[in-house]
Amino acid sequence: MRKVAIVGIGQTPVREHWENNLRDLAVTALRDAMEDAGVETVDGVCVGNMLSGALSEQEHLGSLIVDYAGLDGVEGMKIEAACGSGAAAIRMAVKAVASGLMDAVGVVGVEKLTEFSGKFSIASLATAADADYEITMGLSFVGINALMMRRYLHEFKYDKNDFSIFPVNAHHNAVQNPNAMFRYTITPAQYAKSKMIADPINLLDSSPIADGAAAVIVVAEDHIQRYQGKGVSILACEVGTDTVALDNREDLLWLKGVERSVKKAYHVSGLSPRDIDFFEAHDAFSIITAMSLEASGFAEKGKAIPFAEKKGISIQGGLPLNTAGGLKGRGHPVGATGVYQVVEAVQQLRGVMPEAIQVKKNNVAMTQNIGGSGATVITTILKKIE
Amino acid sequence: MDIPRYWRLKSQRYRLEGRKCLDCGTLSFPPRLVCQKCKSRHSQPFEFKGKGKLYSFTTIYQAPDRFDDLVPYAVGLIDLEEGVRITAQITDILPKQLEIGMDLEMVIRKIYEDGNKGPILYGYKFRPIMAAQN
Amino acid sequence: MNQVMKPGRSVGILGYGAYVPAYRLSTAEISEQWRDGSDRLFLPVKQKSVPGMDEDTITMSIEAAKNALNRSGLLPEKIRAVWVGSESHPYAVKPSGTVIAEVLNIIPATLAADLEFACKAGTEAMQAAIAFVGSSMGEYALAIGMDTAQGRPGDALEYTAAAGGAAFIFGPAEESIAIVEGSYSYVTDTPDFFRRSYQKYPEHGNRFTGDPAYFNHITGAVGALLDGLKLSPEDFAYVTFHQPNTKFPEKVARKLGFTKEQIRFGLLSPHIGNTYAGASLLGLSDILDHAQAGERILIASFGSGAGSDAFSFMVTDKIKGIAGKAPLTSEYVERAIAVNYGKYARWRKKITLE
Repeated sequence: MRKVAIVGIGQTPVREHWENNLRDLAVTALRDAMEDAGVETVDGVCVGNMLSGALSEQEHLGSLIVDYAGLDGVEGMKIEAACGSGAAAIRMAVKAVASGLMDAVGVVGVEKLTEFSGKFSIASLATAADADYEITMGLSFVGINALMMRRYLHEFKYDKNDFSIFPVNAHHNAVQNPNAMFRYTITPAQYAKSKMIADPINLLDSSPIADGAAAVIVVAEDHIQRYQGKGVSILACEVGTDTVALDNREDLLWLKGVERSVKKAYHVSGLSPRDIDFFEAHDAFSIITAMSLEASGFAEKGKAIPFAEKKGISIQGGLPLNTAGGLKGRGHPVGATGVYQVVEAVQQLRGVMPEAIQVKKNNVAMTQNIGGSGATVITTILKKIE
Repeated sequence: MDIPRYWRLKSQRYRLEGRKCLDCGTLSFPPRLVCQKCKSRHSQPFEFKGKGKLYSFTTIYQAPDRFDDLVPYAVGLIDLEEGVRITAQITDILPKQLEIGMDLEMVIRKIYEDGNKGPILYGYKFRPIMAAQN
Repeated sequence: MNQVMKPGRSVGILGYGAYVPAYRLSTAEISEQWRDGSDRLFLPVKQKSVPGMDEDTITMSIEAAKNALNRSGLLPEKIRAVWVGSESHPYAVKPSGTVIAEVLNIIPATLAADLEFACKAGTEAMQAAIAFVGSSMGEYALAIGMDTAQGRPGDALEYTAAAGGAAFIFGPAEESIAIVEGSYSYVTDTPDFFRRSYQKYPEHGNRFTGDPAYFNHITGAVGALLDGLKLSPEDFAYVTFHQPNTKFPEKVARKLGFTKEQIRFGLLSPHIGNTYAGASLLGLSDILDHAQAGERILIASFGSGAGSDAFSFMVTDKIKGIAGKAPLTSEYVERAIAVNYGKYARWRKKITLE
């Protein structure tokens, strides 16, 4: 297996793209990444997306985007793993290049959630859960995460408002990210008064519905001099899975999918949690942020909040978290998110982030993209190439 | 509404029919063709009694389309006495009265109506126990 | 007068079960809403039961039938007919009994039609079950009377239109807790209360529903039954009638020569309202919760349109210990979560959303 690297990145702003359609968003991001890399073509394209069929009545995205991107005849496929589709697409590209089958693969994650009314999008997002046994019974996707949060509060005896540390941090960083959806800060007081969606999860616990596309170009690390964009090494891109339905999990308060994914990632990269300089966690809900920190080996089980408070998760802290705003502040265009996380990690490792959110100790990054309530987890470890 | 899918699950929805592994005895709900524990493919139907304790719950304020008129309603994780956990709505009690650890029993209620013309989906929900005297 | 109806072989009740929803709307609330409380001294019942948003005649029947099965100790597959009498079947075409039979695992070798005869649809189901077992076509049959009655907002009947009912499993007399001594059904074309297809609420004849309807048919049926069985009011320990309000059943009991003692169990309308096709059956269920061997029970329903079914039951010693095998009727009646008029209007879809 040869080593792989990223040599090009592209992203559209994350917002409600009323005037842009799915294919144009994808093509823009992909072509921007290709320009950044300095390539006219690629050997293959992996498209990460979850709901094009449900919301845009469009499947078959692989060939559609390859065609509209002007990559006539190139191999293209859609890869789906619920909200983990973005990183899942990166994983496919890594496999293709590492194995030697391809030399340069474009990955684009794209999502358009605003095609339909909110209620219909919510219903479609719920297809990440167990259709026959969770959703049919009236559980919403937020509700699923609320079940975990309620039990967490019950067992580990925190006040619900203790979780505000995560969204407050995310918003603080998002202000400086020109591509972020929410460029305003929030306070713990606002968090405490925020509207309940599924008790105990309130509006400020939850990442927003948004549209966007982000792309990376994955190549063999040995070839990075051929390309224009500054290369960043992918040390690991590993997948762990767990049961889709929450009620079939071994331990409701342990994301085994995360544990499995990071275990492989640490093994492949030869690294451990203390080697990670900053972490792009999948903060779809603040409870997932907490549980991800725990299952990824940064904090002990049940201790993510005191860990965050003590270690410091700000840009200047001991483990900067969600440095460009995360899902909460930058936004969560579901199938694209995993690619946004990697794009932001690459910006950090290249040292090109806006000053206020540039991590100083920027050698090794971890990004983690989660599908559903923890059923598919893709952990990517990236390293600066000197 | 997708009638075949709705009809196919009636044993599960009406009678909590899961499966029991014939090799290691592990019970599953939803029914699994491959045992979660020993990976055997030999199993038979198993009906759960419908008694359990509340493990976690949430009150839904923003619901998917088809449940919109029920809002706010409670959904919980219930640990059935046979050792399997199930997801279901909790009914006949105000959401704010729910407590982790409560004893609950299964009842059959309307899950949803497919508009004015479509079928009515019935299935399990749980409520605080209304036990018999003896 | 025709003969009292007796089945070819002797049959009786093996198990019974009640169901009443938990929610209650006080009639004072309704009075306040529509009449600014001006008639609060003249309310026909204290409160009425309101079904929750996830309840209907089918869900309620399932629980009542489960209670009946538990009391009977029977294996569900042995039941060969599931008949549900109601004015509020959830489907106009697709019998409530099909769902009940499936849930209880009575399927597939069973009958399952819906019955309608206003408030006596439940006792019509009982007659059919008695005849079915009595003719030996099947050993066991399930008869249910259940309703989620709808009252037109602001109408007099809104004070009483309630939800609830009961289920009875009939089988051979040798296995019964109460044996059918005989029954009598009395029916005429009397349009005291009716609902045309596709209408949401019924029409009713106000005072016409009294003497020409309720009283005439009940006294007709009970009179013929007692005559035919050569029984008098004193021969009965308990009696229960269809109960659209508090006054009518008390008055008809007096008229027929029954005492207040005899109606002390089974008169539930003051607390839960008029449960329509479930009313007299709930009365019978409450009585069975308290009855002892050797006691005789009279039940007479009334269905608008109009008719009355009267039955005489003799309790056997098999009744001992049976009541406790499922929640008592009084437990259902007494559990009460109060709702206000607005909540009731929303749940009962009296506020249209389109």
